[in-house]
Amino acid sequence: MTTTVAAVSGETGTPYTLSHLDALESEAVHIFREVAGEFERPVVLFSGGKDSIVMLHLALKAFAPAAVPFSLLHVDTGHNFPEVLDYRDRTVARHGLRLHVASVQDYIDRGVLRERPDGTRNPLQTVPLTEKIQAEKFDAVFGGGRRDEEKARAKERVFSLRDEFSQWDPRRQRPELWNLYNGRHAPGEHVRVFPLSNWTELDVWQYIAREGIELPEIYFAHEREVFRRAGMWLTAGEWGGPKDGETVEKRLVRYRTVGDMSCTGAVDSDATTLDAVITEIAASRLTERGATRADDKMSEAAMEDRKREGYF
Amino acid sequence: MSTITAEELSATTLLRFATAGSVDDGKSTLVGRLLHDSKSILTDQLEAVERVSADRGQEGPDLALLTDGLRAEREQGITIDVAYRYFATTRRRFILADTPGHVQYTRNMVTGASTAELTVILVDARNGVVEQTRRHAAIAALLRVPHVVLAVNKMDLVAYEEQVFAGIAEEFTAYASELGVPEITAIPISALAGDNVVEPSANMDWYGGPTVLEHLETVPVAHDLSHCHARLPVQYVIRPQTAEHPDYRGYAGQIAAGSFRVGESVTVLPSGRTSKISGIDLLGEPVDVAWTTQSVTVLLEDDIDISRGDLIVPSKDAPATTQDIEATVCHVADLPLTVGHRVLLKHGTRTVKAIVKDIPSRLTLDDLSLHPHPGQLVANDIGRVKVRTAEALPVDSYADSRRTGSFILIDPSDGTTLTAGMVGESFASPEPVKDEAEDDGWDF
Repeated sequence: MTTTVAAVSGETGTPYTLSHLDALESEAVHIFREVAGEFERPVVLFSGGKDSIVMLHLALKAFAPAAVPFSLLHVDTGHNFPEVLDYRDRTVARHGLRLHVASVQDYIDRGVLRERPDGTRNPLQTVPLTEKIQAEKFDAVFGGGRRDEEKARAKERVFSLRDEFSQWDPRRQRPELWNLYNGRHAPGEHVRVFPLSNWTELDVWQYIAREGIELPEIYFAHEREVFRRAGMWLTAGEWGGPKDGETVEKRLVRYRTVGDMSCTGAVDSDATTLDAVITEIAASRLTERGATRADDKMSEAAMEDRKREGYF
Repeated sequence: MSTITAEELSATTLLRFATAGSVDDGKSTLVGRLLHDSKSILTDQLEAVERVSADRGQEGPDLALLTDGLRAEREQGITIDVAYRYFATTRRRFILADTPGHVQYTRNMVTGASTAELTVILVDARNGVVEQTRRHAAIAALLRVPHVVLAVNKMDLVAYEEQVFAGIAEEFTAYASELGVPEITAIPISALAGDNVVEPSANMDWYGGPTVLEHLETVPVAHDLSHCHARLPVQYVIRPQTAEHPDYRGYAGQIAAGSFRVGESVTVLPSGRTSKISGIDLLGEPVDVAWTTQSVTVLLEDDIDISRGDLIVPSKDAPATTQDIEATVCHVADLPLTVGHRVLLKHGTRTVKAIVKDIPSRLTLDDLSLHPHPGQLVANDIGRVKVRTAEALPVDSYADSRRTGSFILIDPSDGTTLTAGMVGESFASPEPVKDEAEDDGWDF
């Protein structure tokens, strides 16, 4: 395996050095195995986005040659990119995994949730997510959140205790010492677990390249019909865009994050390969969320507030 | 950066480090400058900071806003919790544990230092070594952070005088060496003006050492494992029970210290059963040798009973097991720790019942004096504690192994993390006795 050779030669020629990707991979695998060892019903949040794809890849390696001892959970906003749903279903089938789906559309159809005036469904995910966790009695929920994404997330623990209402209280977090993660929780509470806490966007892309992981095509530059709203290129769809005055045009774009279509923007790009994407990100002067996520721009503490309610 | 290939980038190493400094020592400015000058602050982040700073009527962008992420922190203008920051150069990736400087947040400094390979301790050149500096040095020594950087900041306010720097460096080095800090690098800087942080200073030609970033990029992260005790806490037993792998039985874990080889004789603790390593899988790929901190799966020649919580060690180098642990602890919970307290103790992958038998002393970090039998430890206290465990544990001295010499105490009623523990003697130096110590029995 190239990993070992690279690690032995290292940058200084010293033996027993790990490359930064090996160190991050090893840490993430340790976290997956801690949860497998200590919890009854863990579940991996899986959206078909790059972070959850990397999480699943790490889980497959962590338990090889045995199967991943977790099921998957997708919170489906109903505004998904078709390519991503297709990727999700193929992946689940290929690895023989069980997929749970919590559907925002169901909640809207039942009248429990109401569509927002701006058509954005990301904030509506919290209720289906937390109710599914309670209904299925999941006690550990893996998320692909990274601390480099947002400053409220920079304060997040690897093991993050949530109360019976799934709430996060940043002032009452457990100190996390060495690699001794504390997963104790009362019945009804659960722990959110973030194996990619210490990864950056660039680390994720480099790891995808190194491991040769397949991604949904929307991550690579392709021609797409989009329109401009609030400084972002959005894909037209049944969710309510474009409105009057917004014109659709064909552009060469790609996505840096995958989320609800109504608030996830594409960026202009001609990066059609992994190497080109990595080069583009290394040179980018915008964070992925700043560039393409409308929901984080709602207020200075938008992420912190949503996390408190139970969002990721 | 665009000329570097993905392969070259992924071959860089990772350094975890922590910063420590008092409120006005310029820690936020230093962190801000490291992030800014290494081009890790992106345009939209900087714009957000500029917007909020302007809304508040501040003249320039307040770089502390980059690191203070919570509402309460922004409202109060203080850092209340550890935040983790990420930046990179072409030579190395960095994880920075940005820890608050207030005395009441000792626990956060302990948290940040527990995973750090290096600590940067900031000093204001005008004030020199103060109580808080000694406290930071003591915590770095207690947590056995391998490398310590003394950043003498605000050199611009003392006319970049070499003598000012030399005096502070000498005083600090003498103090920290006595505590057993193995490697100290003193650097004169001005975080505000940018002297010796990323770029060498034109104002201090008398200084011939590295800049802060240069030092961070080159400090060794590999260890000489030849004298390390090899330790593998078993996290999980992998048994596929499939047609393809009917008899596969692997012991998965992250190597906590040292290295393991195929063919090596090993002992499993606490049972004491022995076997030989027949194979090592490094995440699906067989290897001949593996070392700390790789996550591996070890296969043994004999089918012996091993489960999560066990420790695999070389037969020639097995630690003793004990039910009586004496350790230096930092109490991290708001409720006090008292003698008689029934707790859970997590060591490696094993969690056992335990009882606090005695609290022989409490340490005053300011002058390292000991208060005998304090009765209890409250939040942020550091003290000596004797714990009796329900089962025998194979503990190492923290001096020998940060991973297998550390533990946490947990409140069994609500799961609160109570205490961080380090087994064995506290400071590395055999006789770090201070004149101020009241009793002659220095056991820290």
